[in-house]
Parts: sequence; structure tokens; C-alpha cells
Amino acid sequence: MLKKLRVILSLLFFGLITFLFLDFAGLIANHRLDWLARIQFIPALMAHSIIILLVIIGVTLLFGRIYCSSVCPMGVFQDIVSYVSKKTGKRKKRYRFGKAKNILRLILVGIVAIGVISHVTVLLGLTDPYSAYGRMVSNILRPVYLSGNNLLEKIFTSFDNYTFYRKEIFIADGAAFAVSLITFAGIGFLAWKHGRLYCNTICPVGTILGLAGKFSLIKIRIDESKCNHCSICETKCKASCIDSKKQTIDYSRCVDCFNCLGSCKMKAMKFTFGRKPAFGQNVENSTSTDTGKRRFLLTGIAGIASVPLLMAQNKLNSGKPYLRKNAISPPGALSREHLQRHCTSCHLCIDKCPTQVLKPAFTEYGLGGMMQPMMYFEKGYCNYSCTLCSEVCPTGALKPLTVAEKHLTQVGQVVFVEDLCVVHTEGTNCGACAEHCPTQAVTMVPYKNELTIPHTNPEICVGCGGCEYICPVRPHRAIHVEANLEHKKAKPFDKGEKQKVEIQDFGF
Amino acid sequence: MDRRKFLKALAVAGAAVTIKSKGGMDILAQTVKGSGNAKPVDLVAVMGGDPVTMFRRAITEMGGMSKFIKKGWKVTVKPNIGWDKTPELAGNTNPQLVGEIVRQCFAAGASEVTVFDHTCDDWMKCYKNSGIENAAKAAGAKVVPAHEESYYRSVSLPDGKALKDAKVHQAILDSDAWINVPVLKHHGGANLTIAMKNYMGIVWDRRIFHNSGLQQCIADICTLSKRPVLNVVDAYRTVKTNGPQGRSLSDVVDTKGLFISQDIIAVDTAAAKFFGQIREMPLDYVSCLANGQALGLGTMNLDKLNIKRIKL
Repeated sequence: MLKKLRVILSLLFFGLITFLFLDFAGLIANHRLDWLARIQFIPALMAHSIIILLVIIGVTLLFGRIYCSSVCPMGVFQDIVSYVSKKTGKRKKRYRFGKAKNILRLILVGIVAIGVISHVTVLLGLTDPYSAYGRMVSNILRPVYLSGNNLLEKIFTSFDNYTFYRKEIFIADGAAFAVSLITFAGIGFLAWKHGRLYCNTICPVGTILGLAGKFSLIKIRIDESKCNHCSICETKCKASCIDSKKQTIDYSRCVDCFNCLGSCKMKAMKFTFGRKPAFGQNVENSTSTDTGKRRFLLTGIAGIASVPLLMAQNKLNSGKPYLRKNAISPPGALSREHLQRHCTSCHLCIDKCPTQVLKPAFTEYGLGGMMQPMMYFEKGYCNYSCTLCSEVCPTGALKPLTVAEKHLTQVGQVVFVEDLCVVHTEGTNCGACAEHCPTQAVTMVPYKNELTIPHTNPEICVGCGGCEYICPVRPHRAIHVEANLEHKKAKPFDKGEKQKVEIQDFGF
Repeated sequence: MDRRKFLKALAVAGAAVTIKSKGGMDILAQTVKGSGNAKPVDLVAVMGGDPVTMFRRAITEMGGMSKFIKKGWKVTVKPNIGWDKTPELAGNTNPQLVGEIVRQCFAAGASEVTVFDHTCDDWMKCYKNSGIENAAKAAGAKVVPAHEESYYRSVSLPDGKALKDAKVHQAILDSDAWINVPVLKHHGGANLTIAMKNYMGIVWDRRIFHNSGLQQCIADICTLSKRPVLNVVDAYRTVKTNGPQGRSLSDVVDTKGLFISQDIIAVDTAAAKFFGQIREMPLDYVSCLANGQALGLGTMNLDKLNIKRIKL
């Protein structure tokens, strides 16, 4: 019964959050499912959503790691993988009790925490189950979903039905794709072989909630008088946390899957309040040293120590007037620093951007900002009145913007290089940049004869990239946007009043 | 198949009813009367009405829609839907005008009417906020996307000077006839955008235009062998400054004009002269006109033409 409830809840959460990432066509109206990302532990932590954190921890203190069981999409993903492995495996799948790797868990959480405190979120971004899952959907599943859409489009359009429209499929950043693929393969492999090993070894949320889970009020308890040590429960435990010989359960690792409950022939297991406190029921901590762990620790520390160094390598170019010096952070990010401190690279914003202006950064922000969203203008430019990315961000790395605020948010400023412009080099009309400029920060002013040439007013520029996107000059564009490391407020342009102009005649 | 036929019949009937209820039947009646022995009209200029009334009057003077659209034809109507702007800001063709043209196509017996534009801003926002998607769909048209390269096919332009080929949207290539419905606007790059410039919305890669001489490429793309059967210039509201987008209402003038002709150079010349009354716009600033005339696409010499000027 409990297991059924768990499975239904898990699949519901899992399906919906996956669809939230896939839904490019806006089938989910009015941000109705955005909360699914916001109630995830790490996003709530980054966004300082105290209430959500308290609820998650409170639920864990009451019932154990329900969050890990049902709310976390990566958790459910692993359950699905191990379910498939169980159904397809030649031999009957049996889990066995394993020792808790508590020291490793704490060290890993420590490293991640040090990273977060020193404002490097890349490790957190890599290990956070929600963000890692988001990237898997965004980088791997989404192209599959889009292919399906495009296939349907082809079929329907051939019958003159335009319900579907084509969507271009491309990999915006190879590194982010590779990381997602490695995550998928790595966690997938662990889940295939060892169930929830990732959750109980590497996952920082698993470790933190594991600590709370130890003290949970209601938990699975073994009635020692009924138990006959048959160890069936142990073989069913995908968290490998039941020691049937000792009749103990490591509650720091139990994810409340309830698979054991139904398996017990003696009905010796119950999800219930304890008569005596649960302390001391935990397995002993491993104290033996492990060179692998040490090496890992050392690399981790070395990695963190080198971070300031890597952070410094974030200038793209210098000297060339026609090249962007710094990568542009999305509107709502406030500053590159704010983005880097808060973003865990779940790529929800990238998925939601209707004009493909956002892509995962490679080293443009420095290694510390790897996979975080940056603006680029190859596929499109930022729609003047669109605020989607800022609205969906669950971590507060992008602060929600109203349309009015967006109109005055300057993520960068226009830079025009006359020597490269076709009006100058070819003596022909162009004006594509000014045409695309929503604020007329780029206007065409008289040049020679009937020719007009761009003139810029960076104060009123919002940095949307329309000019850079459409500029026909290659290999280097005659006009581009230079990032504001700290976003500025654009000066509002003079809207003026509608004039009454009476045209009485045709003029010919 | 039956369902489709039924829907078509329904659309035609619907269009007919709409026209009747709005007094449009008189216009159709006039059509028959008007197309007698008089010298054919080359260009009609109308002023002072709403877009629908002006178009009805203009098409009547031209001899009625059935002169240009035959029974069973697949027609494509190509407005300018380039920008994420509401109709008041006049960045796009007036939606009511597009709706009326679609209705008249069906009334003339079109089997299907398709509407599209290769937009600059996000296509779905443009289609929606311009009001054109709604107006066209309400009139029974199919509104098709144009945001992906795969909707376009390469065609050669043997008569083009700078532009020798282009990728053109399949809705144009596969149609029996198409109607070019631009909006008259100031344009930072080309100085003006009217019917010729509206061709840029049927092609995929527009950077080539900007790179290889905009005014010549505009003329070159108009040599595409499939010419529009009509050019209808919407000048109900006109962006006079900061075009082609305009950034606020102060850029817009209520000009209440409409121009229609089969001669794309003539209709653009007329519209450019009309625009010249709002702000100075010498015709040689819009050099695609002369370039187009040199390619034999039409004439800038309006005096040679039989022009009907109508003030409502």
C-alpha cells in the first residue's frame, strides 16, 4: 500500500518535472509547473527559500527521506533504471547490505560546501541531483523529444495540418552535453548495478537529508521477535541499508521506498513510531583508512585551491575592438558574480528561451562558471519583452523581471566598428542592425549620398544582441554587444507623443 | 477528402455571408459592371477609410478579386509580420486588411489561402501580437510557420544582378498565386520598405542581401519568376521614423492610405511619393525602385499609367 503510494507519487513528480524541461511549445501555461523546480532542495537552498527547506527537513524528520524517494527526479530516474535492470536481468536481482561510506559522504559534502562558501557552485551544480537531472533532460532527452515533434510535424503537415511546427535540434555546447552524458551513464550504471548508491555516497542532498533521516520519528522498524533472518528484505533494499543479520537499518541511507515492507513473509517490518528511541540502531561508522578516499580528498582540495586562479581566466579576448571581451550573463542575473554564486546549471532557462539566446558556457565565465547560462547571438537574439528565463529560474540566480524592468535591464552595451561595416567597406545600404534594435540605440544616420550608417547610443542599449545577430559581416561582425559584468540600468529612450499629421493628398 | 471539401465549402459560404452582411456583395456586383470596355486600371490609390473599406473599393476598381484569383487556386497571402508589435504601432501589415484579402480570395473561389512571413522577432510572438494570425485564421486561412530553413527551397534568379539564387518559402513556390501585402514604413537601412522590400520575408538568408548590396538584392529577388498577382500596400498607419520597427507611437502617423497594383515598381513609387509628404524621401534614396525598373519589373513613371485616385 505504502509502496504503491510511493510509486504513484514518484512517477507523477518525475513525469511532470521532466515535461517541464521538455515543453518547448508552452503547453504548460502560466508557469503552472515552475514550482516543481522550486521545491527541490538545492534550488531552495540557493534561493534562500527557508520555508521550503524547513518543510523538506521537517518531512524528513517525521517520515524519513520521502524527498529522495519521490520528489527528487534523479532519485526516481535511478529507481526506474534499477527496475528495468531487475526486469531484464538474467539472474534475479539481489541487493546486499553494504557498509555506509559516511566519511566519504561527509568529505564530499564538505568539499561542495567549501565551494559554495567560496562562491564556486560548479561542484554543487555537478552533484546536485535536480540540476544533474535537468541537464540530462535538457541535453539528451530534449533532442529526442524534438525529433519526435519534428516527425509528427512532418506527418501532420503532409496532411495540411499545422498543429505542430518544426524545432531546430542542435547541441549548443559540447562540454555540457558530455557532462550530461557522463552523468547519465555514470549514475545510470550505478543505479543498474547498485540501486541508490549515488544518493547514499555522492549526492549532497542525500547526505544532508540522511543526517535528518537518522532521527526521523516514523521509520521502518524490524520486529525482532518476528524476524527469522531470512534476509529477503535485505535483497530488496536498493539503498543496501538493511543488515538482516543484525536486524538493523541504516536510516541515514533508507529512502523510504517501502520495497522491504511487502517482501517480509513474517510481517516483521513496519513503518511506524518506535517505542524506544532510534539512536544506536545505526551501523558503526567505518574507520578504516582508504587511500582512494584520501587521493580524492586531495584532488578536491587542490581543485578548490586552484579555483581563484581559474576564475581569473574569464576574459575572452582583449585588444581586438571587434571581439567580445566578456561573456554576457542573462537578464535577471544582476551580475556575473551573482549568477556564478547562485546558478547550479539545471538549464531550465536555456530550455525555456524561445529564441535560443542562452547556451551553457564552456570556459567563457572561467571554469567556475562552466555550464552556467550565457547569452550568445548565433541562433537568435533576446526578445525585448520576453522575461521567461528570469521567471523560471528556481535558484534565484536569475531574479524575476517584469516587462518594464526588462526594458531597462542592460546586460551589455553595443559596440560598433565602422571599419568593418558594409556601408563603409562596400558603399551599399544595409541597416540590418538598426532595423533590429528595439530601443534605437543603433540608428542609421546620413553617410554619403543616399547611404546611411549605424550610429550608436550605448546608454539606451539593453544588450539584446539583435544587431549582432543580424550583422552580415564575417568573420568578425561590425557590431556586437560587450557584456556588463554588473548589469546596468538602461536609460529609458524618449517615447514622445503621437503627432497629428494630416495627409490630405496622394503626393503623385 | 470529403471532410476537406466540406470545410472549404464552409469557408467559402462563411466568407460569402460575411461579405453580404457587410455590404460587400455590392462590390462584387460592381465588379461585373465595371469590367466592361474601359481602359484597364493600372493602379488604384485610396485614402480616408478603414483598411477593409479601402481595400474593397480598390479591388473593385481593379476589376474584382476574381480577375486575379481563379476557382480552385491555392493562394498565398504574404503580409509583413516582421516584428513583435501590436497593430497600433504599425510595424506589421494591418490585420483587418489581411483578413479581408483572405475572405475575398475565398469568395473568388480559392481552394485554400495560406498566410506566412519570415519574421525578424520570435515568430510566434509576431504572428500572435500582430493580430494577423487571428485575423487570417478567422477568415479561414492557414497560417504556416517560416522560422526554419527546411521550409525553404532553393531557386535560381537568372535575371538577378547581385543575387543569383535564394531560398524561397515553399508556400510561395507551391501556390497557384500569391498576393504581396506590405506595410509602408520608414526603414533605417533601405530608407523605405514597401512591396519590393516585403520580398525579403519570403527568403531564408537575408544576411546575403545586406552583404551584397541591399538595394540591388531587393530588386533581384523581385525577378523571381513567380510574381505576385497583386501588390496591396497598407498605408493605414505609417511608421515615419525609427523604422522598420518603430519604438513608440510617436513614430506612427495615421495616414489612412492604400495602394494596389500589379506593377510592383509603380505601386512602390506611388507609396514612396505618398510617404514623401510626411518626411522628405527622394526616390533615389529608395534605389531599389530604379534598380527594379532597370530589370524590367515595372515603371516608376506614374504619368504613363491609368491611375484611379479615390478619396473616401
